[in-house]
Amino acid sequence: MTDPVVLVLLIPLLAAALLVAVPRYRLGAALNAAACLGTFAASIGLLVQRPATGAYLLVDDLNVVFVVLNGFVAATTSLFSASYVGHELAIGRLTARHLRFYHAMFQLMLFGMNLALVANNIGLMWVAVELATLTTVLMVGLYRTPEALEAAWKYFILGSVGIALALFGTILVYLAARPVVGEGLDAMVWTTLLAHAQDFDAPLLDIAFVFLLLGYGTKVGLVPLHAWLPDAHAEGPTPISAVLSGLLLNVALYALLRFKMLLAVNPLALAPGPLMIALGLLSVIFAGLMLYRRRDIKRLFAYSSIEHMGIIVFAFGLAGPIGNFAGLLQMTMHSLTKSAIFFSVGHVAQVKGTQRIGEIGGLTETHPLLGWGLVAGVAAIVGLPPFGVFAAEFLVVTSAFALHPVLAVGLVVGLLLAFGALLLRLTQVAFGPVRGGTAAGLGPLRMAHLPMFAHLALVLIAGIWLPPPLVAWFQHVAELLR
Amino acid sequence: MHGLSFDIAHMLAGSLVLVSFLMLYQVRLTALLHALALHALVLAASVAWQAHIQDAPHLYVTAALALGFKAALIPWALRRIVFRLGIHREIETVGGIGLTMLAGMALVALSLQVMLPVTAMEDPVAREDVALALSVVLIGLLMMVTRRNAVSQVVGFLSLENGIILAATGARGMPLVVEISVAFSVLIAFIVVGIFLFRIRERFDTVDVGALDAFRGGRA
Repeated sequence: MTDPVVLVLLIPLLAAALLVAVPRYRLGAALNAAACLGTFAASIGLLVQRPATGAYLLVDDLNVVFVVLNGFVAATTSLFSASYVGHELAIGRLTARHLRFYHAMFQLMLFGMNLALVANNIGLMWVAVELATLTTVLMVGLYRTPEALEAAWKYFILGSVGIALALFGTILVYLAARPVVGEGLDAMVWTTLLAHAQDFDAPLLDIAFVFLLLGYGTKVGLVPLHAWLPDAHAEGPTPISAVLSGLLLNVALYALLRFKMLLAVNPLALAPGPLMIALGLLSVIFAGLMLYRRRDIKRLFAYSSIEHMGIIVFAFGLAGPIGNFAGLLQMTMHSLTKSAIFFSVGHVAQVKGTQRIGEIGGLTETHPLLGWGLVAGVAAIVGLPPFGVFAAEFLVVTSAFALHPVLAVGLVVGLLLAFGALLLRLTQVAFGPVRGGTAAGLGPLRMAHLPMFAHLALVLIAGIWLPPPLVAWFQHVAELLR
Repeated sequence: MHGLSFDIAHMLAGSLVLVSFLMLYQVRLTALLHALALHALVLAASVAWQAHIQDAPHLYVTAALALGFKAALIPWALRRIVFRLGIHREIETVGGIGLTMLAGMALVALSLQVMLPVTAMEDPVAREDVALALSVVLIGLLMMVTRRNAVSQVVGFLSLENGIILAATGARGMPLVVEISVAFSVLIAFIVVGIFLFRIRERFDTVDVGALDAFRGGRA
């Protein structure tokens, strides 16, 4: 049995190489799903057997959470993707050649994300995030419509600027570490950096963090830097929207958290909390307001992702054991719920033949399973009990209240804004008079409801009863994060 | 001798900032592309000098990459695109050259003011390089926000990226610099391919116009 961490990286990479050569889409989709399941199994293996920390790879309690979540959501998305692309092929929006490329890119993106998560070297982490970004850019532009190309271009330019700024920040971290750790590879190894961070030159570290926050923050989708996110979600294939929201935003956030830990160790460095709280709060309120004027259903949920990333960054900014715990929980719940919503929205757009909210209606009558799935997903994402998002948001609000009541008020206002907007749109889409096509004559549409309901069931269970080992684990990670 | 090597490094990094300013006020795309080639040329010289004084032969790879890829191939490819699209004669309204230049100067002052005090512990070469590199990065960003044309935005991004490579090579002994510059080159290649995609879109438009023309010609 080889090392699971090698498998987590090697399976997607080999699968990508293999999928380029597979011409038949059914076989491609099946292989894609098989590779994702294999990667997920390997990520579970990481829980049991951990590799020794090297100069390039690191597996610790923090990133295992991300890797396992990544593996799980990728696996369910690949199942959803198989039914989604089957329909797109049937109606002629995609060709078999597109799909070959799409499946290979999907695996390459997983490789990039997993590499970013297990990298112990801040330079390697940067390269991996860049790889994941490039592959998603290519997939966002997959439909080749003017809108899709426009979205891909915008994502690409903003993402590149973000990535460039993050690299500048990485260089500054190296400069700060060099006098203490010495020249060469060691000064970029994260574990070495953490061990010596208390002796780093604090002002240099501060400036480095500002660049990293702007750079990786662009990829997280924090508000002044979010402009790429709604377009990329709306114009790309829906499985990509699901992994963008559910996974890639998390990966960028993870990179940010690693650097935040360095600053936390240094007593003279600036506290990253207030910066993150401010950006998070701005994102929540801005996204809450923007939700009201959306006409495209995927764009609507993209803004909801901005809102949730805002909540998560806010929670990590609060820090402390409860803030970090709430941030981790919220992140997990958001990944599961938002990808479930995108699974259902993808099929909704297919059966109705449109993404425009105004042209969709009465979903629970025409497609009960799909419609009620969407209702449950939205109920979860706006933070209604008994779903897990409620528990997480409740924790965030209470810990904000403990720190400063004004912060909590701002957060609650943002949450309520989003709550109102999403429920308003939901009633229009799910209930009310039947609008839009019923997919008759569009060819057979075999919908996969399993991924969606599996995610929602997990979110529901987490809301009612969080398993004690998981609680202990998250508490431990929250301690690590400080 | 140490004084001289520092002076040359300083001069080359300073020249890069100067060429960045040169790019700020170019209104013709072809002239802008020439300035971009010059920018990459200065970068290549600067990186090669760093490779020499740091005794780090792997940096020559980065310098060669800057010379062959960024100073020759990319400007050539962009030039071809610009000519194909027929926008080489166009004059871009940059919106107040004087104001942009002033903003650029303010950015240089800002980056020196920010970087020099915090890097007091560093060796002087790295210190100057990082401060000037930040100026190049900020001027590149300024260019991206003041321009409307996709090609000139890309040129702004390329100059920004040159600034980052300058910082990476200036940081003595930084590992993975070559790998990172290769990764960036891949990124740039993607950008150029991206513009090609846009060109395809443009060509569709012209095909439509051409069809109209042909129709009219047939009727006459």
